[in-house]
Amino acid sequence: MSPKTMFQKIWDSHLVYEEPGQPSILYIDLHLIHEVTTPQAFEGLRISNRSVRRPDLTVATIDHNVPTTNRSLPIIDPIAKQQIETLRTNCREFDIELYDINHPRQGIVHVIAPELGFTQPGMTIVCGDSHTSTHGAFGAFALGIGTSEVEHVLATQTLRQYKPKTMKINVSGNLNFGITAKDLILSIINQIGVNGGTGYAIEYSGNAISELSMENRMTICNMSIEAGARAGMIAPDIVTFEYLRNKPQSPKENVFDLKIKEWENLKTDQGAHFDKEVNIDASTIEPMVTWGTNPGMVMSINEKIPSPDSFATINEQKAASKALEYMGLNAGDPLINLPINRVFIGSCTNSRIEDLRSAAKIAINNHVNDNVQAMVVPGSTEVKKQAESEGLDVIFKNAGFDWREAGCSMCLGMNPDILKPKQRCASTSNRNFEGRQGKDGRTHLLSPEMAAASAIAGCLVDVRNW
Amino acid sequence: MESFKKHTGSVAPLYQINIDTDQIIPKQFLKRIERTGFGEFLFNDWRFDNEGKPIKGFILNDPKYKKSSILAAGKNFGSGSSREHAAWALHDYGFRCILAPSFADIFYNNCFKIGLLPIQVDESQMEKIVNSSQINPNYQLTIDLDSQSIIEKDSNKKILFEINAFMKNCLLNGLDDIGLTLQHEEKIKKFEELH
Ligand code: SF4
Repeated sequence: MSPKTMFQKIWDSHLVYEEPGQPSILYIDLHLIHEVTTPQAFEGLRISNRSVRRPDLTVATIDHNVPTTNRSLPIIDPIAKQQIETLRTNCREFDIELYDINHPRQGIVHVIAPELGFTQPGMTIVCGDSHTSTHGAFGAFALGIGTSEVEHVLATQTLRQYKPKTMKINVSGNLNFGITAKDLILSIINQIGVNGGTGYAIEYSGNAISELSMENRMTICNMSIEAGARAGMIAPDIVTFEYLRNKPQSPKENVFDLKIKEWENLKTDQGAHFDKEVNIDASTIEPMVTWGTNPGMVMSINEKIPSPDSFATINEQKAASKALEYMGLNAGDPLINLPINRVFIGSCTNSRIEDLRSAAKIAINNHVNDNVQAMVVPGSTEVKKQAESEGLDVIFKNAGFDWREAGCSMCLGMNPDILKPKQRCASTSNRNFEGRQGKDGRTHLLSPEMAAASAIAGCLVDVRNW
Repeated sequence: MESFKKHTGSVAPLYQINIDTDQIIPKQFLKRIERTGFGEFLFNDWRFDNEGKPIKGFILNDPKYKKSSILAAGKNFGSGSSREHAAWALHDYGFRCILAPSFADIFYNNCFKIGLLPIQVDESQMEKIVNSSQINPNYQLTIDLDSQSIIEKDSNKKILFEINAFMKNCLLNGLDDIGLTLQHEEKIKKFEELH
């Protein structure tokens, strides 16, 4: 038998039907849903008199719209409230398990599914959300879909997909002291471009990847979509298995070891063919910060902002000029020491317990600069609880950070957490698009460590000199 | 689903690269639970200032381009979030076809589900279309899906485009792909029994 990639193995084992020229019909093992991208899908089901084929493989949470302040108060925004109510009604009507706002395991969909053990190696996972790529960190084929596709999956438990091409990103060498998974993925996006991954399922491999914790692997796979990739994946190994052991939805102890045997076979066979291969040297990576309005407009903290003239095409030059104008920055200036007003530590990229631990290490015995408003938003209620049991909340609060309830929060500002126009924010989230965190707000993406250090300094700093 | 066969219309040039879905439909409008009515919020933050007044200079605010139904955009159009609201907003506003050198995957797929036709046009051809529409707001194109051609109305010049045969057929006939998949329901059942 010819050697196969991990992606190919998962694809083959989920094929329900294929016919040349048509998108294949793939069976979906786990369908995650949230309030924003599903109301119209359920409405579609009702109009066509269809039902949910596998409510048992569908899991819902409320994350995008939730306030991160006192949860006992009613939601003020009437439209947000209606969207949340709609999800509740739909879950009741179609018998879908909902991790509602006050559920002890509520949180961002891409944080709770792994921590509950829903996400497992070898699965096909979809969600009406582009950062579904996060779950690929477990060796799953996980991808974001649109609302019509959500309806398709609800009705048929399958997805029609053209087979993506495969790309291997091999990361060799070691990350230096102070360099995180966030710096690594930002650097990768910088190297392959924001559409470098379009049409591909990426597999990350190499020693720098296998040395990462599950949390860090999720950070990498999460941002695969920022390179345009359909999915990002990492082969499951002992780190994956130990993470999954004893999670509420993981296979029970007596079958768990058998499962491991199965999962071990998922990894890409020696000699398997990839459509594209990219090599990255981890040892050259420095702390990364974005200067522009997409995640590919990024540089290491000690570089100077590139001149628009340095870009190859006129369209890229125009985009760079426009981005600099929006960001209120000039070509040739450094980012280091740039004053900031806000800091956001959160989002499905960097709001897991490890992220909070790293940020707390910087915050301890320090104080947020008087000119900065900083907030920490745990990715899930479980992360929040864990952090509190370790006293991280006290460290943050003593340092002057706001300690919030779990949700998407200022990653996209659908709830009241937004930037004011021209406010400059150091953010651990994944998108620095214009207006993403609030109209005319200016976002710099970076790691949790860099964000915490910048909150204290009141400006962007190099965490290695901290 | 709405079908797409042939469409003639004028072109609005918005030739920037990496136009993301957060620009096409900003997040404050994602809370609605309907599929319709997103057109008035299309490119909201580029179209309107903080008081809700149209921003001069943005192409869709130029009365000469008000009636455009074909959008000419730069590469990697629709990057970012999976929000189908972006495709809904473009369609609801009145666009029937998007021309760009390349599209983000999820956005591209979403378009086909709602009868909006995304066409990949190579960069040199794109530049000609953009130039022509900048010079002449009445520059019209006919998009004929069946023959896979973009025809310049005045000159009758034709550009052929590629499109996947299955997606083309779904769009031409307005086929509901859930219905198509359910024709294979027996196979889905069988798969479930085996796994
Ligand atoms: S945290 Fe941000 S990127 Fe992640 S699911 Fe929420 S809104 Fe999307």
